[in-house]
Amino acid sequence: MPLTFYKKPALVAYVTCGDPDLATTREIVLAAIEAGADAIELGVPFSDPVADGPVIQRASERALKRGTSLGQVLTLAAEIREQAQSTGLIVFSYLNPILRMGLDKFCKVARAAGVDGVLVTDLPVEEAGAYLRAMREHDLSPIFLAAPTSPDDRLRRIAAASQGFVYAVSRTGVTGQRQQLAEDARKLVTRLRRVTKLPVALGFGISTPEQFAEVGEFADAVVVGSAIVETIERNRGREAAAVGEFVKRLSAVSGQPSAVAR
Amino acid sequence: MATASKISKVKIPTSGNTRQKWGTHGVDLSRVSAGKHEPGRFGVYGGRYVPETLMAALEELEREYEKAKRDRKFQARLDLLLKTYAGRPTPLFFARRLTEKLGGAKIYLKREDLLHTGAHKINNCLGQGLLVERMGKHRVIAETGAGQHGVATATVCALLGFECVVYMGTEDMRRQELNVFRMRLLGAEVRGVNSGSRTLKDAINEAMRDWVTNVRTTHYLLGSVLGAHPYPTMVRDFHRVIGREARAQILKAEGKLPAAIIACVGGGSNSIGIFYDFIKDKKVRLIGVEAGGRGEALGDHAARFRGGSPGVLQGTYSYVLQDSAGQIALTHSVSAGLDYPSIGPEHAALRDAGRAEYLPASDAEALEATTLLARTEGIIPALESAHAVAEVIKQAPKMKKSDIVIVNVSGRGDKDVGILRESLKLD
Repeated sequence: MPLTFYKKPALVAYVTCGDPDLATTREIVLAAIEAGADAIELGVPFSDPVADGPVIQRASERALKRGTSLGQVLTLAAEIREQAQSTGLIVFSYLNPILRMGLDKFCKVARAAGVDGVLVTDLPVEEAGAYLRAMREHDLSPIFLAAPTSPDDRLRRIAAASQGFVYAVSRTGVTGQRQQLAEDARKLVTRLRRVTKLPVALGFGISTPEQFAEVGEFADAVVVGSAIVETIERNRGREAAAVGEFVKRLSAVSGQPSAVAR
Repeated sequence: MATASKISKVKIPTSGNTRQKWGTHGVDLSRVSAGKHEPGRFGVYGGRYVPETLMAALEELEREYEKAKRDRKFQARLDLLLKTYAGRPTPLFFARRLTEKLGGAKIYLKREDLLHTGAHKINNCLGQGLLVERMGKHRVIAETGAGQHGVATATVCALLGFECVVYMGTEDMRRQELNVFRMRLLGAEVRGVNSGSRTLKDAINEAMRDWVTNVRTTHYLLGSVLGAHPYPTMVRDFHRVIGREARAQILKAEGKLPAAIIACVGGGSNSIGIFYDFIKDKKVRLIGVEAGGRGEALGDHAARFRGGSPGVLQGTYSYVLQDSAGQIALTHSVSAGLDYPSIGPEHAALRDAGRAEYLPASDAEALEATTLLARTEGIIPALESAHAVAEVIKQAPKMKKSDIVIVNVSGRGDKDVGILRESLKLD
């Protein structure tokens, strides 16, 4: 059965793993789940994050300075899974660390850790053949990005290759906060609805409860990333508590239960 | 709002989901590593590994480039600019005193250093500049390492009337100060990049971020045979003129093909440019020279074939200097233009196929070669090109006197006088 969001909009929380350290990331993730996050994106830090804005770049640098690796992120996923049996866990990574580990090994370890889905930022559907085979073999859901610049035929391919949900990028650009959400976002979600029945999660640039509510009117789920990572950066020593408070404020505008569930 | 903790809220389905149809809509989802030749693939290398936002722009660029390639008017205009503006054809010069000094093969120099703006980079910039016109875009961004591609891009933008932003690592801005000023003089905005090693790789990251953001109005004028398809193919094609000329010139001068061709390899644009028309001439050795830097440890060089392994960086699958977790390594070279952790995918394929060989030259060898070429032939090469000269110093004495070797002098050394002055301590 397709992905079920029991409330709309559902909240997907992104963290860069290993910032400030893996033990803290674990606490942050559990606090976010406690505060109402429906799914967690575990960001794997990468030395060259071309799709990320300054906030996640800085977090990645801090995490890498502590030697955070993909293997450690998967261990962290297993620890979180023990504590939170039913929260969606998604690994969010650039391709190279996965290639270096080996596609099959990665999928095997991720599955054993209780990971549900994987999103690879720099892997478009055209290049995903071997990846999709490995994901399928190991019962993992591949999630692909759809962009405002993707023409309809690309949206169809993206939807066909995705499982769980499609991640719609709200606007052209890197990750990070924006004052206004582009009209691009609404148009893209509308175009996606025409080609897929999968739920659509919207991400990039959503940082306030107001934006969350606005986006929630047309998307099934909302991904909040840089705003959480920045909360972590600004609250040294009380990261988990601060993220918990922030997620609570966001989920206060979500939480309308399943009458609107897809 | 749901207050109970750890409630089951999301269930992500796994492959039990039979609704999912793999490879539907006529899409072949099994392309990767097919190994057969297809556009954008060189053996298993190349491809297009970028965020989805850029895919449409890359597809548009590929379409426009394919059309332009077959458009006689486009080609005629490019040829005219190459001739009357850039200064093609460049001479193939017999280096008599260097030949005598080394006592082996006859050495010819392909003088790309004599081109307008001082390096081969202008070939590609003029080609892509005309494509930008065709696509109706008005803003051009570029990355630069040594500054030669940045200067060539700024030049073409001035010539064709485009807004120009060049990203450059602050370490490179420091060591290639003169080129920073030249770009500004030409009307380009130079944006310093402070992340990572503050060199070419980081400049490319930042240019890609700009492109992702402004893709609808902006063309990314990538300066080497790197990045996602169609760049490695397109940039190579714009530089093929180097090898095409050299082949005709050597046949005219000597009546036979050279035994070897030597060129430096950062991303690999000048080398693929001079190699390409000789690939089918199996007896011609193709030698690429990487930056050996100051030592063999990871971080002390940029010799991808000595310490690297296949991986994906900045849009393409090729050899990459990386650690055991797949993080990209820092690199070092005295030459900003060779200081990059990956290499063009076509070079990776040529190397795996055994058609081209890749050898390192150290910082010290490059500096020594610069002095030697300056004093035997009156030519000060760019530090990048000096790596190729360093290799001919090793190769020529081992070759027969009847053999010919061509060295691609891809750029001139004016930009490097600051570094040379510090390193050589002549005054």
